[in-house]
Amino acid sequence: MTLLDVQNLTVTFPSRQGPQQVVRNVSFMLGRERLGIVGESGSGKSQTGRAILGLTPAPGRATADTLAFDGIDLRGASAKQWRALRGARMSMVMQDPKFSLNPVMTIGRQLAEAARRVASSRAEQRERAVAMLEAVQIRDPARVMAAYPHELSGGMGQRAMIAMMLITEPDLLIADEPTSALDVTVQIEVLRILDDLVTTRGMGLIFISHDLRLVSSFCDRVLVMYAGRVVEELRATELQQAQHPYTRGLMGCLPRIDGNTRPLATLQRDEAWAL
Amino acid sequence: MALIEIEDLHVRFGPVHAVRGISLAVDKGEAFGIVGESGSGKSTVLRAICGLAPTSQGSIRIEGKVLTKPRRPEFYRTTQMVFQDPYASLHPRHTVDRVLSEPLAIHGFDDREARVEKALDDVGLGQGFRFRFPHQLSGGQRQRVAVARALILEPEVLLLDEPTSALDASIQAEVLNLLDRLRTERGLTYILVSHDLAVVAHMCERLMVMQHGQAVEELSRAALQAHHAAQDYTRALLAASEGFSRAAL
Repeated sequence: MTLLDVQNLTVTFPSRQGPQQVVRNVSFMLGRERLGIVGESGSGKSQTGRAILGLTPAPGRATADTLAFDGIDLRGASAKQWRALRGARMSMVMQDPKFSLNPVMTIGRQLAEAARRVASSRAEQRERAVAMLEAVQIRDPARVMAAYPHELSGGMGQRAMIAMMLITEPDLLIADEPTSALDVTVQIEVLRILDDLVTTRGMGLIFISHDLRLVSSFCDRVLVMYAGRVVEELRATELQQAQHPYTRGLMGCLPRIDGNTRPLATLQRDEAWAL
Repeated sequence: MALIEIEDLHVRFGPVHAVRGISLAVDKGEAFGIVGESGSGKSTVLRAICGLAPTSQGSIRIEGKVLTKPRRPEFYRTTQMVFQDPYASLHPRHTVDRVLSEPLAIHGFDDREARVEKALDDVGLGQGFRFRFPHQLSGGQRQRVAVARALILEPEVLLLDEPTSALDASIQAEVLNLLDRLRTERGLTYILVSHDLAVVAHMCERLMVMQHGQAVEELSRAALQAHHAAQDYTRALLAASEGFSRAAL
């Protein structure tokens, strides 16, 4: 079943040299699965995620031939339609909890605010918030509910944010580098929580990351982006058989614990990839 | 005798006890890695060596001599540091030329023109970059300038604090290759701090794993590659750097 259908998505920003297309003709379909989008900085992977939620920052513009979520056309969606969708049916986890949680509200209040969509009474909102914190493996939810974002570690803050995004039980979650600011061991825990939610709740997940190795071990399918374009789409298990020289180059230039190639292979960029 | 010797180093910031008794010895020409998670005190060890963090207990010796407080100019001739974030560590309104000339002026080097030119060539940037500002460079180019700035004084020891963690994977490979080549050519001694076990395994012959300001264990590259870790924490780090797997959990 198709949850999200994107055809020819293009995001354009004006610049002194004329319009710059930062995302060019990106097309993909998403079911209830884990889709990874990988690319280096400036490849347009984050802008793709934002455009799906209608969050392209002004003066940028997102256009597409098709941009449909569960049969709803998102291209001409009104503010009212967006309000009904964002947070409730599709939500986004940002990279750094330090910058995306409200610094002057306790975690509990922020979670309860998100829970207003699904619960009417204050007590019920609170209950939902605590249950969700427990679901993301926070062992002491009472303390975290009362804490302000600066009182939490990065991993805790990121889990609180994931809890907030999932409290409305969305159908689609876009995670933009959700674990890049975290330590490796915490990173694996957060991934396990996301993995659980996809399997048990049948959620669709778009996982945006620069880390090809991590994405290939976590996702079902991977889109590789370069200069705003999808250069290759493959199943995560078939990454070793990647055809595109950029994907192969990205795989090759990572140092390995048990490898001993020196010097490391470097990526020889080809002008033609960007065309 | 080891070139750098640290014995029972403690660093306190007010009530926070950031480094709790670290000892290590690094020989001349060796690359030594320190791995740990954020807050483990790994960067603080480096900052303590170059005098940017206060040592409350213990001693640091280079070539057998205890370091003075504040450090003498000669210390900075032999020991230089490369910082994590090339976006933050270069002065935004100084050209590359000025960034590279300043340490030469401070230390009274002659023949500055030729040295700046050579430093740029050494890190593979070329003369075209000499009069650019940091915002006109990409992340990898900035980190090359930072490496050039550290190397222009012809130091013997380079302290590398997460030199590639702000860079893309393909750029990381280029900077790691550059550091590797310079070490072989000049017989430099490195202490490299990173959270990435693969980077440390690639660059260093020996490494130390840190957690909560303490050393968890010290092991050689061969032991790491064979997954011969004695401590649970090291094994957890090793497992985590293999990527996500359902079976391991």
